[in-house]
Amino acid sequence: MTEQSALRVKVGKIRSLTENPTHYCAGCEHGTLTKLIAAAMDDLSIREKTVMIDSVGCSVLAYNYFNCDHIVAAHGRAPAVAAGVKRLRPELIVFTVQGDGDALSIGLSETIYAAKRATPITIFAVNNGIYGMTGGQMASTTLAGQVTTTTPYGRDPATTGTELDASKLIGQIDGAAYVKRASLVVSEISSPRGKVYTIKNLLDAKRSVENAFKVQAKGGFAFVEFLSTCSVNWKMSVLEAKRHVNEQVIKRFPIGLYQDTYGVEKPSPK
Amino acid sequence: MQKVYMKGNEALAYGALESGLNAYFGYPITPSSEIAETLARELGNRKYPQYKCFIQSASELEAINMVLGAASTGALVMTATSGPGFSLKQEGLSYAACMELPFIIVDICRAGPGLGNLGPEQSDYFQATKGGGHGDYRLFVLAPASVLEMASFPKIGFDLAFKYRNPVLILGDAFTGQLKEDVEFPSWKKPEYEVSSWAVGDSKGRDPHILNSMELDYQKHYEHIGRIFEKYKKAEEKDVLYEEYMTDDAEVVIIAFGVVSRIARSVVNNLRKKGVRVGLFRPMTLWPFPARALRKLATDGIRFLDVELNTGQMIEDVRLAVGSGVVIDFLGRWGGIVPTEREIEREVQRLEVVTG
Repeated sequence: MTEQSALRVKVGKIRSLTENPTHYCAGCEHGTLTKLIAAAMDDLSIREKTVMIDSVGCSVLAYNYFNCDHIVAAHGRAPAVAAGVKRLRPELIVFTVQGDGDALSIGLSETIYAAKRATPITIFAVNNGIYGMTGGQMASTTLAGQVTTTTPYGRDPATTGTELDASKLIGQIDGAAYVKRASLVVSEISSPRGKVYTIKNLLDAKRSVENAFKVQAKGGFAFVEFLSTCSVNWKMSVLEAKRHVNEQVIKRFPIGLYQDTYGVEKPSPK
Repeated sequence: MQKVYMKGNEALAYGALESGLNAYFGYPITPSSEIAETLARELGNRKYPQYKCFIQSASELEAINMVLGAASTGALVMTATSGPGFSLKQEGLSYAACMELPFIIVDICRAGPGLGNLGPEQSDYFQATKGGGHGDYRLFVLAPASVLEMASFPKIGFDLAFKYRNPVLILGDAFTGQLKEDVEFPSWKKPEYEVSSWAVGDSKGRDPHILNSMELDYQKHYEHIGRIFEKYKKAEEKDVLYEEYMTDDAEVVIIAFGVVSRIARSVVNNLRKKGVRVGLFRPMTLWPFPARALRKLATDGIRFLDVELNTGQMIEDVRLAVGSGVVIDFLGRWGGIVPTEREIEREVQRLEVVTG
C-alpha cells in the first residue's frame, strides 16, 4: 500500500459508503475508521458479499454509513452473530466494528471464543479508553489514574484492576491468525516549516484493515485494535486528545503486530 | 422411515433434520442435552446434506447470538436449552423478535426457579408465552405431549417461523424429553421459504438489507411494533392448535398441555368407564392460546379442571378465555413431581359432586 491509495481515499468516491453524514463527534476517529474500512472494501471489491455486524456503542449507527448488508447485534454479541453468518455462508466477508466496552468487557467471551475457534471473521475494535456512547464511564482499557464519570477520583487499579491489553490477550490465542494494534491518531512531527501532522499511522491502519480482510479470505480470524481518542469524554480539546494518545496511551498500548500466521504484514514503507 | 424407539429429545433432533435443519448452536444443559448430542452425531450424515453446521457454544448467550446470525442468512436454524439457559437466551429472543428472525428454540423445562432440579415442570409458561425478554413481543409456543409430537413439531415450527418471521419456541419438559416411545417420521417435502426479500448476503443489484432492532425515530418504531402485532393478531385467528377429547357431552373438562395431558387422557378413559362425563382440552399452541375454542366449551354448568406442573400459570389464560362466572378448579404439582391419574381422578370426582 502506498500514499497514493490513501490520497485516493481522500478524493475519490467510495462506493462502500452511503451519502449519509456521520454522527461522530468532531475529532473522533470512528469516522476515519469508517472511511478506511469502506475504502478497503472498494479496493478488494468485496462490498456486495460483505455483511457488517454493527455493535452497541458509538458504532451502532454504522448501518447508516456502510453501503452493505448489516445485522445490528446486542451489546457484546457481534462476534457470535458474525460467526453464525460465516458458518452458514463461508463465501461472504463478515466483519464487526466494536468499541472497547463491547468487544473487551461485556462481549469478551464472544471475542475470545471467536478467536479460539479460528472463526474466519474480522473484528475491528476501537480502543478509546472510555465508554463514549453512554457518556464517559470507565472502560477496561481506561488508563490507571484516568478520570471518568465512574472513576471520578481517577481509575484505581487496587479496586478496578489495570488496563486490559486486548491485542496481547487475543494475540496469544492459537486460533487467531492476524492480531494487530494500530493507531487512527495523526501525530505531530517537526519539519523545517515547524510542526506538521503525519498520516503515517493512518497508512498503517489502512494496511491493517486490508490485511484483516485478506486474512479472513484466506480462512483466518483477524483482530485489529485501533487506538483512538474521545476528546469529548476525556474533557480535552481535539488536539490535546491526539497528543495524549501519541504521548501517553501509546506507552501502555504500543502499536505492533501480535500475530500474523499467514505473513500478510509487510514492513511498513519508510 | 420405519418405526424407531427413541427419546423425545432425540426425536426432536431428527424431526428438525427431516424438516431441513441447516445449523444447530447450543450449550449443554440437562434435561435437553440429547438434542445437541444427537445433532453433533448426525453432522456429516449424507442423509441430511443440507445440515452443515453444529457448534457447541461457550455460553447460552453465544449460542442464541450465533442463531441470530445464522438465521439472518435465511437458513433453518435451531437451538435448545432448559430453564436456566432459557432465561439467559431471553435477550437474544427479544432482539430476534424485533428483527423478525425465523428460527426454533427448544426449552425442555425443568423444575425452577434458580437451578431447581432436573424433574419436569411447566413453570416456564409465563416466560414462554408472555414474551420473556425485555420489550413487547411474543414467541410462538408449541407444546408437544409425545415423542411423536417432539418429532413432528419442528416441521410445524419452521413453517410458522418463516410464515410470520418470528422465533418459535417448542416448550417440552423433562418428561417429554426423556420419555422413550415408538416414533415414525412422516416424509415432508423440502421446505421452500421465501427469504430473498430480507436475508443478508449477496447484495449485488439491490439495496442493502439491514436487520436491526433499533429505531431511534419514535413514530417509525411505533409503526414497526404495531405491524408485528398485526402479524400476531393474524396468527391468533389462523394458527391456533389444540385438541379436544370427549368434550361433546362433558360436564367436567380437564385443561392440560404437554405431559400432563397424557395423564389426563388416561383419567378421562378411566372415568368414562365409570360413567363420568369428563373430557380433555389440550392447547397445542400455548401462544397463540386457543382462547376462542375454550370459550365455546364454557357453557352453563360446565366445570374446568386446570392441571399444570407449576403453581398456576396457564390458568390465567384460561380465566381470560372463559371469563367470569365459570368454575375453574386448579390442580398443580411442582418441584419435579407429576400428579398421578388417581390424584386427578379424585379432583374430577370432587367437581362432579359439586356439579351434581
